[in-house]
Amino acid sequence: MSDAVEVKTLIIDEQEVSARRGQTILEVARENEIYIPTLCHMEGLSDVGACRMCLVEIKGSKKLLPACVATVFEGMEVSTNTERLKQHRRTILELLFAERNHICSVCVANGHCELQTLGQEQGLTHIRLPYRNPQLTVDASNERFTIDHNRCILCTRCVRVCAEIEGAHVWDVMGRGINSIVITDLHEDWGSSSCTRCGKCVQVCPTGALFDKSKVGTDHPKNPEFLPYLNLMREAQ
Amino acid sequence: MSQTITIDPVTRLEGHGKITIQLNAQGEVEDAHFHVTQVRGFEKFCEGRPFYEMPSLMARICGICPVSHLVASAKACEAIMSVRIPHTAAQLRRMLNLAQMVQSHALSFFYLSSPDLLLGMESDPANRHIFGVVAAKPELGRAGVALRRFGQHIIELLGNKRIHPGWVVPGGVTEPLAEAKRDEILAMLPEAYAAMDLALSAYKQIAATFKPEIEVFANFPSNYLSLINEDESIEFTDGALRMIDPQGNILEDGITAARYTEVIGEAVEPYSYTKFAYYKPLGYPEGSYRVGPLARLNIVKSMGTPKAEKELAEFKQLASGPVESSFFYHHARLVEMVYGIEKIEQILNDPRILDKQVRATAGVNRLEGAGQAEAPRGTLSHHYKVDENGKMVWANLIIATGQNNNAMNKGVLQAAKHYVKDGKFTEGILNRVEAVVRTFDPCLSCSTHAFGQMPLVLSLVSADGELVDQVVR
Repeated sequence: MSDAVEVKTLIIDEQEVSARRGQTILEVARENEIYIPTLCHMEGLSDVGACRMCLVEIKGSKKLLPACVATVFEGMEVSTNTERLKQHRRTILELLFAERNHICSVCVANGHCELQTLGQEQGLTHIRLPYRNPQLTVDASNERFTIDHNRCILCTRCVRVCAEIEGAHVWDVMGRGINSIVITDLHEDWGSSSCTRCGKCVQVCPTGALFDKSKVGTDHPKNPEFLPYLNLMREAQ
Repeated sequence: MSQTITIDPVTRLEGHGKITIQLNAQGEVEDAHFHVTQVRGFEKFCEGRPFYEMPSLMARICGICPVSHLVASAKACEAIMSVRIPHTAAQLRRMLNLAQMVQSHALSFFYLSSPDLLLGMESDPANRHIFGVVAAKPELGRAGVALRRFGQHIIELLGNKRIHPGWVVPGGVTEPLAEAKRDEILAMLPEAYAAMDLALSAYKQIAATFKPEIEVFANFPSNYLSLINEDESIEFTDGALRMIDPQGNILEDGITAARYTEVIGEAVEPYSYTKFAYYKPLGYPEGSYRVGPLARLNIVKSMGTPKAEKELAEFKQLASGPVESSFFYHHARLVEMVYGIEKIEQILNDPRILDKQVRATAGVNRLEGAGQAEAPRGTLSHHYKVDENGKMVWANLIIATGQNNNAMNKGVLQAAKHYVKDGKFTEGILNRVEAVVRTFDPCLSCSTHAFGQMPLVLSLVSADGELVDQVVR
């Protein structure tokens, strides 16, 4: 029996759904138009479960599981929108906002930012934690793009798109925990790195951390929709 | 025994400041100061940011005149990029700047100063505000609200936002003007003209009853600075600066943004966070000058639009040389508003105004750039230095209020000396001292770049430093 036809039945938010073996909860939920918020997940890239926005409750399990990497099993009962989950999601967002310097009013991504949108959607009205206000740098050495570490949430989409789609693996993460930052090559200036200037990282960045130099003010929508098509075309070859 | 009067906060102006009046042992006014009491730090915290972010960042200095900062900042960025922006973009920005001038002047005249002018300097302070004006003179109140809405609505139509529109960017503007929006603005003009007719005739009637105030409201000879076109007509967005002396002779002409800091210096006084700009060849304080509506009308020879031209001719009749009393800032403001509305109409009828070419792009082609524009309150300069990647390494802003600082202080002293006798004063007298500052329509939050809350205080201090009286707002 092939994977494609091995069907699992489960319940998500009291709705009976069926899935193929090996599918993630997030995939199944989206197929059935059940909304689970995500931030580090990106259609067309591998999942790393970094942001924890997609945490869900599984009946019989004390642990919360990230829907983007947890796979389904027969008889699973999933809740995606309980009070407990909402609170955790708001706390995650507060931690993200407090961690670096997110000043929406002067950000290129204002109005197009996934972090901002999630904050609004999850009912975030204020940040209960003190802001860390770290002193972070801006690397504008690339002729076309800029990275502002103040706005980076370490989702690693840039790292994944560069390695998995472009195949260049210029981006990676340096440091541990709260001191982590994304770097180009072995922490060289972006402008003198082995970057191919393809701009995919800019398009998948959920915030204004990576942006096109020609875009200023708030005219910088991101267009990451190309990724699943790129993958499809490659598979077809 | 000497004493100090403190007016804190000075009300009905933008930002927070206080006035202190120093009395000697005989109860006569010895000295008076206008203090701006906050610091903000825009010039410092922009360091390390990409220069093309500056217009939107610097516009946050002020919610009243963000457009002036947008324009001056974008021009400084364009000097760094070494680009000349498309004609249509320049015209659209000019219109945006004029729309802001109209709404800002409407705020200053109707909301902040007309309570003094229409209801009286001595009227009950509990009703001496815009709502009092609306109650006493509903038509004028409505005209004021309509003119402010006129300016704000144009800004919103062009920039998609009333305050801090992100539409002005280095190289031009982000999107061209749509035909429907042009027609909507054209349809708003008749109401704006009618409101101005009403305002001007009301002002001219009132001004005749304010002769004593006109005499002592910062009424002294000074130098003046403003932008002017090559044909000597008024200009708010482009052109170059001209400085004239108290007799109206040209001291310096054709001052471009790049030369601005060569001729203008900034002095510091211990009692204020706002600097004191001066004309370098004359030194400080002799080189102090005035900017803003009064300076502009004293300098220009024409307005370039018919109604405003007539008003300018009438304004010039007020004196044989430059008009000296700062009370006439109010008059000049109204003349400029007429010009603003007429010029907006002219710009909308420019056959190229709907062109789609509205933005020039370039990278860093120079490591230093400066831009200047006329803000409602006077000349504004942004001067930036960047590294080869375009990150800001240094910024200096010279704001209109800083350039009027010396005149405001002299004006406060002049009025205090005239009104405060034998150490005695009333609320109405102190209101007149405040009203001197209001004629300049200073923007304190612009000029100090403010931190925290510091309301306005007027204090009366004796010769041995003892506080005699204080009005706290």
